[in-house]
Amino acid sequence: MTRVTRRNVLKSGSAIVGGMAGILATGRAPAFAQGTTVHWLRWNDFVPASDQLLRKELLPAAEKALGIKINFETVNGNDLQPRITSAIQSGAGPDIIMLFNNHPQIYSESVIDLSELASSVGKAEDGYYDLCKSNTVDGQKFIALPWTIVGAMIAYRKSWFDEVGSPTFPDTWEKYREVGKKLKAMGRPIGQTLGHTFGDAPTFSYPYLWSWGGSEIEKDGKTVNINKKEVIDSVKFMTAFWKEAHDEGGLAWDDTNNNRAFLSQTICATLNGASIYIESLRNPDKYITEKGAQLKTDIQHAPLPKGPAGQFAMHTFFSHVVPNYSKNQAGAKEFLKWIHTKANYEPWFVSQKGFATPPTHAWEKHKLWDEDKVMAPFKVAGLLGQTPGYPLPSSGKKPAEVLTKYIITDMYAKAVQGMPAEDAVKWAQGELTKVYA
Amino acid sequence: MAIAETQVYMPQAPRPRLRLLEDERWLAFVLLVPTLVLLGMFIAYPFVRGILLSVTSSRVGVPGEFVGLANFYKIFNDGIFRTSVYNTFVYTGVTTVFKLALGLWLAMLLNRNFRGKAFTRAFILLPFIIPTVLSTFAWKWMFDPTFSVLNWLLYRLGLITGRINWLGDPDLAMISIIIVNIWRGVPFFAISLLAGLQTISPELSEAAAIDGAKPWQRFWHITWPLLLPVTMVVVLFSVIQTFADFQIVYVMTGGGPANATHLFATYAYQIGIGTGLLSEGAAIALTMFPILFLVVIVQLLYIRRVEVR
Repeated sequence: MTRVTRRNVLKSGSAIVGGMAGILATGRAPAFAQGTTVHWLRWNDFVPASDQLLRKELLPAAEKALGIKINFETVNGNDLQPRITSAIQSGAGPDIIMLFNNHPQIYSESVIDLSELASSVGKAEDGYYDLCKSNTVDGQKFIALPWTIVGAMIAYRKSWFDEVGSPTFPDTWEKYREVGKKLKAMGRPIGQTLGHTFGDAPTFSYPYLWSWGGSEIEKDGKTVNINKKEVIDSVKFMTAFWKEAHDEGGLAWDDTNNNRAFLSQTICATLNGASIYIESLRNPDKYITEKGAQLKTDIQHAPLPKGPAGQFAMHTFFSHVVPNYSKNQAGAKEFLKWIHTKANYEPWFVSQKGFATPPTHAWEKHKLWDEDKVMAPFKVAGLLGQTPGYPLPSSGKKPAEVLTKYIITDMYAKAVQGMPAEDAVKWAQGELTKVYA
Repeated sequence: MAIAETQVYMPQAPRPRLRLLEDERWLAFVLLVPTLVLLGMFIAYPFVRGILLSVTSSRVGVPGEFVGLANFYKIFNDGIFRTSVYNTFVYTGVTTVFKLALGLWLAMLLNRNFRGKAFTRAFILLPFIIPTVLSTFAWKWMFDPTFSVLNWLLYRLGLITGRINWLGDPDLAMISIIIVNIWRGVPFFAISLLAGLQTISPELSEAAAIDGAKPWQRFWHITWPLLLPVTMVVVLFSVIQTFADFQIVYVMTGGGPANATHLFATYAYQIGIGTGLLSEGAAIALTMFPILFLVVIVQLLYIRRVEVR
């Protein structure tokens, strides 16, 4: 047994004091074990400047401050799920993984509790929006740390809408259909995806369903009642709306197609994040309208129109998880804490130019929102959105299964392809019943 | 004595281990070990693991419990699964017929003497050499709903007046992935059949020609029967690969629109990886096995019969 002597106590005491003094003097966090590498997996940002900022400035600063190495990897957004699944199953992979919407719920048993971190960020920034909690809390704890919300708004061509007698954006589905019909007749259809893609497809189909009074599940969390008149009406309306006003190629679109179509000026409007507008700002002379003006001067944003049951929105939500298998959990948490401090998060937020809305209320006051009125609708995106599984308070495993199987989107896609509305809704009822059984 | 001092060189007896390798059976076994290890690691282990997964309620990160054949019962009652089965058969059947016909035609052409023969043969292989994902992305652009170069070409030629919704229409999407699979698979058929054609002595055809046989008769009564064993092996490989195809559909349509182009592999992927229901995904993937096993048995028996004949 080691003998505790007065000399030993003094020695270790002075070492602790010296260490603390060193940290305080340098103002730096304690360095992790030499060689600690935190592997961070994210999507290829639709605002490439933000990835550049991370690579060139923020991550080197984090490495210096935390004494760790950060291995930053980006992949296509639709490839994040295969990566986390294989990582969890093999027990090895990235230490921090970005996920969309309610996807963290699928992996709730395989990720660590981030409640402490989430509480401190939430407390410092006036609290999280409800949709953030719904997506990342598994009923008891934060299984993911909310990162941002990409507000889904309709980007539209102001002058083209003016030309068909709609100086303001249509506020109901009926009015939108009428205007869209006129625009499609002019070779300027609405562009909307109903494909299997993480962002623009569900952020359209879910709020559209809700706005007609439908939902995938009733409030009790057990009853599936999508096969009802309101939903059949919504499908019938959608089928006609699609043929009369939409670019019918949208069935095969992913989240990038509508950006390309809008920037090529083949569509008049599309539900999207602000990435189209931001790209037009970035390259003002590349995108010129038929009248010779810069495209950026002709883009406006509007929320989805109202339906018989009201106006709804669903935004693409981003969060980070730290898998259980990670051997660098402490480093990963320290890094997340570091990047979520105002001084470090702000440059990233600013680089997004409003494409990303932070997950907490405090950022609503940021001056960025006053700089460009076109971006103003995105400021409050977090306040307005619902999550898959609505009206359930938490978007848990079952809604995540429904989302990843694209059941709601496919219900509309099937009808648009020619299946009778009643059959499409019946199919959805059957699929949802299997999930919620 | 001199004789007593002479040292006779006696070679050292070989060590027992080496002597063991002189036995051909042991040598064969040792030589096969690396292959067995590789097959065990990359084929047998995943296969057995797949079977074990398919009879549990395993989800990603959750081992689950034994549920017997419940997953199979569930997928047989799943409309999308049935569509995937139908699609897989159509996809495999149609592409194999076209790949065989076009590949054979190409092989016959390449078997002739013409200037630049070597270059042409190398060039023909390009679709097969380019990584599938890369070439499929190029095709995806060509079939793009908005910017399709094919639509542009057809429009310029005056053959269409509006856009063809290649990947947005369920039938056209299926046709599109079939076209890409044929484009990619024809070189494999062509080169393999060309190799087979080159083993057939030209003297047989020449003799038949002297006897008055016409080109079609020479092909049907001489070339085709001699080429049949090679053809069957090529078809066998192609059927197995096409039946389990993933990349082309995943990149081109992701199984859409609205699950209209899912194959076994892509649907298994969506359920297993996308939704995290690993056991159901494994069950979907495993249903391929008996079908493929039957195809392989039938074809191998047929090949043996042809060879014996």
